[in-house]
Amino acid sequence: MGVEIRVEGLTKRFGRQTIWEDVSLTLPAGEISVLLGPSGTGKSVFLKTLVGLLKPDRGNAWIGDRNLPQLPEDLLYETRKLFGVLFQDGALFGSMNLFDNIAFPLREHTKKNETEIKRIVLEKMEMVGLIGAEGKLPGEISGGMRKRAGLARALVLDPEIILFDEPDSGLDPVRTAYLNQLIVDLNAQIGATFLIVTHDINTARTVPDNIGLLFRRELIMFGQREMLLSSEEPVVRQFLNARRVGPIGMSEEKDVSELEAEAAAGNDPGKLPPIPPQLMPSDGRVRPTQHAPGAWLRANGVTPPPGSFIDDLGRNWVDEWPRYVASMGAAPAGGVRK
Amino acid sequence: MTTARPGAASSRLRPVADGAANLLIKEPGRFFGLSLDIFRAVFKWPFQWREFIQQAWFIVGVTVIPTALVAIPFGAVLALQMGGLIRQMGAQSYMGATSVIAIVREASPIVTALLIAGAAGSAMCADLGARKIREEIDAMEVLGINPLHRLVVPRMLACAFVALFLNGMVSVVGIVGGYVFNVMLQGGTPGAYLASFSGMAQLPDLYQAEFKAFIFGLTAGLVAAYKGLNAKGGPKGVGDAVNQTVVLTFVLLFLENFLISTIYFEFVPPKGS
Repeated sequence: MGVEIRVEGLTKRFGRQTIWEDVSLTLPAGEISVLLGPSGTGKSVFLKTLVGLLKPDRGNAWIGDRNLPQLPEDLLYETRKLFGVLFQDGALFGSMNLFDNIAFPLREHTKKNETEIKRIVLEKMEMVGLIGAEGKLPGEISGGMRKRAGLARALVLDPEIILFDEPDSGLDPVRTAYLNQLIVDLNAQIGATFLIVTHDINTARTVPDNIGLLFRRELIMFGQREMLLSSEEPVVRQFLNARRVGPIGMSEEKDVSELEAEAAAGNDPGKLPPIPPQLMPSDGRVRPTQHAPGAWLRANGVTPPPGSFIDDLGRNWVDEWPRYVASMGAAPAGGVRK
Repeated sequence: MTTARPGAASSRLRPVADGAANLLIKEPGRFFGLSLDIFRAVFKWPFQWREFIQQAWFIVGVTVIPTALVAIPFGAVLALQMGGLIRQMGAQSYMGATSVIAIVREASPIVTALLIAGAAGSAMCADLGARKIREEIDAMEVLGINPLHRLVVPRMLACAFVALFLNGMVSVVGIVGGYVFNVMLQGGTPGAYLASFSGMAQLPDLYQAEFKAFIFGLTAGLVAAYKGLNAKGGPKGVGDAVNQTVVLTFVLLFLENFLISTIYFEFVPPKGS
């Protein structure tokens, strides 16, 4: 089972510039969360702060029972072994081939022999579709391949927490769809806590259990997927529906006159689009931390937009869910770590 | 008539004050902090022997030939300049002594400093800077590995280790160059050149030169690590970091050279004084 991350009043500044302040949220153990926000709102900075690469100016970041900003160096390095991080460009070691890159954490932190290391590395490479590229150097492969190799390296130590920094940037839509499915399958398989920083609306709408939105140096909202997808909050609504009408402007935020002009022109933010069904693991089993479709909406008395939870085959997942769970059975709690 | 907006002057001065504080306090403070972290990492087990040997070999590769090529004309120029002066004073028999003192005490550590900063330090900074902007350093930290222990310590010690030998090489090549020019071009006698070696020079001269070279190697490694690990802004940022490394290392090495020489003369008076 993954580890819970609890962030309390986190503030980060670079010199006089405040990146974000007073961010508080809890990433529930074993769940998939997505952090969204316009470019330049400090999403990657937040991710690096969570793993202790940047020190916050104020606040706490509890990883289980350890408060990361307060940890001495030795314990910090020890705690980082709980993490697997996929960096934007994979962050592979340029002097090593893909096999050695992926084997690196195993050689450093375990006493496994080379035969065992080879088995694990090839298993992870197969998982991300890189079999046959073991001998290639990072400079010889495409950005998408580097990203997948970075993911394989992040997975070899079976981390409890996996952080993805824009896993879909630079990938074509088909590869992004495969990667999203891989993320959901991985979560079902290892039960780790996932945080994905992304711009991709499709990923945000279909993959996570929880969504957060950073804007104007603060966390506007963080909660279950259905909460944000049904939210009438202008920023959330604008971002999750990729509209120009709303408080987010081209540079950062629109000024009052622009918003007034927008209102005078009668620009309507439009109806909320239907909430899509959540992506299921490929083996069809329900993830142990997965929320039932419509559960949050029912509990909070919110009516979903028409057409919500209906898939391509016309099945309504709210009605289908109890039968589906009964027929498929849930994956064991804590995933099926090997 | 226009009146100045209250606080306008102070807001204009703020960037200047920030810049001055950064240059005088923050940057030296961060450099000192990183240096302390690196020295703590030196004593962490296990020592990265493989990386140390690879880096030492790399530094030898980029410095040996340029050092030899700089040392020969450097020794020759010193011999020519001093040869004329000494002949005017009628002390040709001390040509060898002055040559060995000038080369071993000062010229050799200076040439070593130039090569260590220009060739080894810049290469080291470029390597670390490129790793930094590719997020390799971050990835290493996330994988639970201290990059100071893994990458910086072996590079810094390799730099200092190779500097010892470079200094020895510059001394030998410089003295041989001086001998050739003195004997062949200035009419000096081989016997007088060699015999006067021990007239003024003493063994501690060599020790202090080697000590200087070692310190120069450490300094070049520290500056390269500081600038490389703080590179930002893409490939241009790495280029800027390399440029700053070379300039800053030169300045620091010449300052250190002056300080060590001053302290040396306090404790080891010249022969015969």
